[in-house]
This record gives sequence, C-alpha cells and structure tokens, in this order.
Amino acid sequence: MTDPAWIHAALTGARPQAIGALLRYFRDLDTAEEAYQDACLRALKSWPVNGPPRDPAAWLILVGRNAALDGVRRRSRQTELPDEQALSDLDDAEAPLAERLDGSQYRDDVLRLLFVCCHPDLPATQQIALALRIVSGLSVKQIARAFLVGEAAMEQRITRAKARVAKADVPFETPGAVERSERVGAVAAMLYLVFNEGYGADPAAAQARGPLCEEAIRLSRLLLRLFPAEPEVMGLTALMLIQHARRAARFDSDGALVLLEDQDRSLWDPKLIAEGLALIDKAVRHRRPGPYQLQAAIAATHARAARFEDTDWAGIERLYAALERVQPSPVVTLNRTAALSKAEGPEAALAMAEPLTGQLSGYFYFHGLRGALLKQLGRAAEAREAFDRAVALAGTAAEAAHIRAQIDRLSA
Amino acid sequence: MLYAVLCYDSEDVVGAWTKEQDDAVMASLGEVQAKLTAQGRLGPVARLLPTTAATTVRKGREPLVLDGPFAETKEQLLGFYVVDCESLEQAVETAKDLAKASGSAGAFELRPLRYYQPGSVGA
Repeated sequence: MTDPAWIHAALTGARPQAIGALLRYFRDLDTAEEAYQDACLRALKSWPVNGPPRDPAAWLILVGRNAALDGVRRRSRQTELPDEQALSDLDDAEAPLAERLDGSQYRDDVLRLLFVCCHPDLPATQQIALALRIVSGLSVKQIARAFLVGEAAMEQRITRAKARVAKADVPFETPGAVERSERVGAVAAMLYLVFNEGYGADPAAAQARGPLCEEAIRLSRLLLRLFPAEPEVMGLTALMLIQHARRAARFDSDGALVLLEDQDRSLWDPKLIAEGLALIDKAVRHRRPGPYQLQAAIAATHARAARFEDTDWAGIERLYAALERVQPSPVVTLNRTAALSKAEGPEAALAMAEPLTGQLSGYFYFHGLRGALLKQLGRAAEAREAFDRAVALAGTAAEAAHIRAQIDRLSA
Repeated sequence: MLYAVLCYDSEDVVGAWTKEQDDAVMASLGEVQAKLTAQGRLGPVARLLPTTAATTVRKGREPLVLDGPFAETKEQLLGFYVVDCESLEQAVETAKDLAKASGSAGAFELRPLRYYQPGSVGA
C-alpha cells in the first residue's frame, strides 16, 4: 500500500493542487515549490511508517505550509510548530482542516498554477518547459531530454521563464466568470502546445517526447474535472486522446512517418478512442462548437472508420467548413479541400484550392494536394509542375519521397 | 451470495500511474480474477473510464442532465466486480486478495446483491 511506486504516483497526482494552494498562500513560486519539496521529503519518511494519508494533497499542503512557516519562525527564534509525525497521527483531523484552508479555492488554485505558465510574454517553448517543471514536476534533466537540448541550457530557460513570471503580476484574487473562462482558454492552448511538442515528427523524437503527450492528457483531464461542463475542454481532451491513440501506427519499421490513409488501424488504441468518443458525445450536447471540439470530431470521424475507404468524407468536409467559420485559416480551407476531393471529386476541390494560391504558395501540402488533383483530372503537365514545387518545399526526406512516388506514377 | 466489489481510489493517483504501472496492476488483478474464474465465482468485471467521461441524469419531473460524476468525492468509483461468496468472510478475503494485487491505496466496498441479471451483452 505504501510501496515507492504508489507514493510517487500519489505525490505526482497531488502536486498541482498542493503547489497551487501553497502558491496562493505564499504568493511566490519558489517558496511554494520549496514548501512542496519539503513536504514531499517528509512524506517519504512518514508515509511508509504511518501509512498513506486519506487525502495526500491536503497532507502535503498542511505539512508544506507548516514547514515553510516553521523555517520563518526558526529563523526568528520562536517556537516550532508540531512536526509531521504528530500531524500524521491526527489522521482524519487533518482533512477537514485542510479542507477549510483550501477546499473552496481548490479549483482556482490549480487553474492559477496552470495559468502562471501561460503568461503571454513567454514564448511557447518556455511555457511548455515551465508547465512541465512546475505543474508536472518533471526534472530539468527529463525536460532537457524531451527537448533534445543540454541540461544547463534547459535550466537556464526555466530560470529565465520563472523570473519573467515573478516580475509579472500573478493575479491572486478569485477570478470573475469572464476572467476564469479566459484563463481556461489560455491553459487549454498551453496544454495543446505540450501535447504537440510530444507528438514528434520522427520516431526518435516521438519516443523521447511521448511522455509529454501523456502528461498533457493527464493535465487536460484534470482541467476537465475542474470545469466539467466546459465543452471545449472536453474537445481538447478528446482530440489529444484520439491522436495519441494512433501513436503505434504513426511510424513504419524504418522510422518513416506513415500517412493516416496507410496506417494499420488495428494498432490504434481502442481504449483511448472510446474515451475520446465519449467526451465528444458529451460536448455535442452543449451545442457550443469550438475549434477543439471540431478538430476532435474530425479525428473521431477517422477513428470511427474501420478502413480508410470507409471514411465519411462528406462529414469531414462539413466539419472543416464549420472549423473554417470559427477559426478561419488557409490551412483549414486546404484541409477542407482535401476532404472535398474525396467526397465530391477533384474538380470541385481544385476550384476551392485555387483561391489559396497566393497565401499558400510556400506551403508544401498545398502544392502536393494541387498536384494530386491535377493528376486525377488528367492534367499531367500541370501536375508535374505542382509536384516539382512540392518537392522543392518538402521539409523532410519522407515528404519528398512521398511526392516523388506520385511523380513516378505520372510518367508510368 | 453474490457480492459487488466496488473499487474506489483516487483518480489523481491512478491517473498518475505510468502505462507500465497500470499494466502491471491490471496483470496482477488478472491473476486474482483467473483464480476466481477457476473457482467458478467470478461474475461481470468492469473498469470505468475516468469520471471526466461521466454524465449524471438527476431524476425529477424534468430530468436534469449534468456533466461529471454523481458525487464529488476524494475517491472515485473506478470499477467493480461481481463475485460469488459463501460468506462475508470469504468476500472480505477476496477483497484482501484484490487489495494486495492492486498495490494502491483506496478501498473496496462490499455490497451484497439483491437482484442480479447478468444480461446478454458480450464483452
């Protein structure tokens, strides 16, 4: 019951709530982190002996808070507070006490802690690193490995991010409804950054960063537990779950990226897909579609098709059209074009693609898709020209090889 | 008598398990299940998706549909077994076996069944 693995999981699970409460109490990130570390050390000593507390977060908040205050008092030569041995004997008495301290503010504590990491002044990489360090409790070494940079460089990046956050005014008063919903939006975006950082484009990166995807999903579920009626948080969680479900099928044995249409769907994780679909069903009931819900619904449509040929392209095209309305971008339109070509054929799709030429002239996928459409329409010369441009813009060898294969088929 | 063994644990903790830890727990619970099956005592077994996937319908003249689980608790209902036990004593022993195998904190609530209909839905 108190084996090291359990204690580790309990400390990780309690971390956002505990540091969030300590941050509110001390209003300083470093002090809150130190107090939490202190409490963890005491937990490692106390829990194996006294058994795990019923509510690890409450225990850590109380002990961490007392440890930090104790330090202050000791420095000013006053009486020490009772140590954690005595505290753990209180057992259930600790729960209502901590409850009184933190229960009512639990939700805003965790949200604030997550929100601290998405300060608009912080570049995306720093937001991610800070969240992984503070909220998830990953070591600098682990984060450095995930980002494929040296430990010292990562240490510096995190220190700089923390300094910037400390200078910024972290809002400690209880947020109003509008502000709270803005924070949820910012946190959702940050969590999706963490997820995408983990969703590497090559197998080595995907291997090293895979845990980032799982961490993003864990924090997203946490956010959803705090805001259970927020359809965009349901959508975000579903989107991550369904994308992550495909991880085993994304690379072939040579390490090349496998396109969705070629993936072995038997390798998709049905448990993650089931959870994602359940969340989308819940979100739809709210009738407040947003970008995460729509992207999740698109991923879900793919997940529901047993084979690529069974894909409901008309449905996907409609979802992209809706996404275009809530989040207009030429790339979304391009994806809609690809779906339209499957649903209605190359002619309609080409007509939709042409107006994008100006905006997407430097975009690999645009020329690749345009080439494929022209090829289907029998306009081989124009297709070759488009494919040539795509090859020139390809970011990876795999992308270029994929287009070259299409060119070969043109001349065959 | 048939008992429902209701599994309660902190979702925060279970959610922080690595895949390897989760797989290991499921495997060692599987051993207990295999033993119960061999004894002809195991009924339906279910592990529930996280409470974030839950929806609650509050009864009333106009039933109210709410997101999330029925109760906000420190520990959540994460799954259940139905096990045939000769006595409460045996049910307690079974729960202890499961507790040893699960290696986490949390609790098992033993609730004798009053009505049982195994149904016809396959796995």
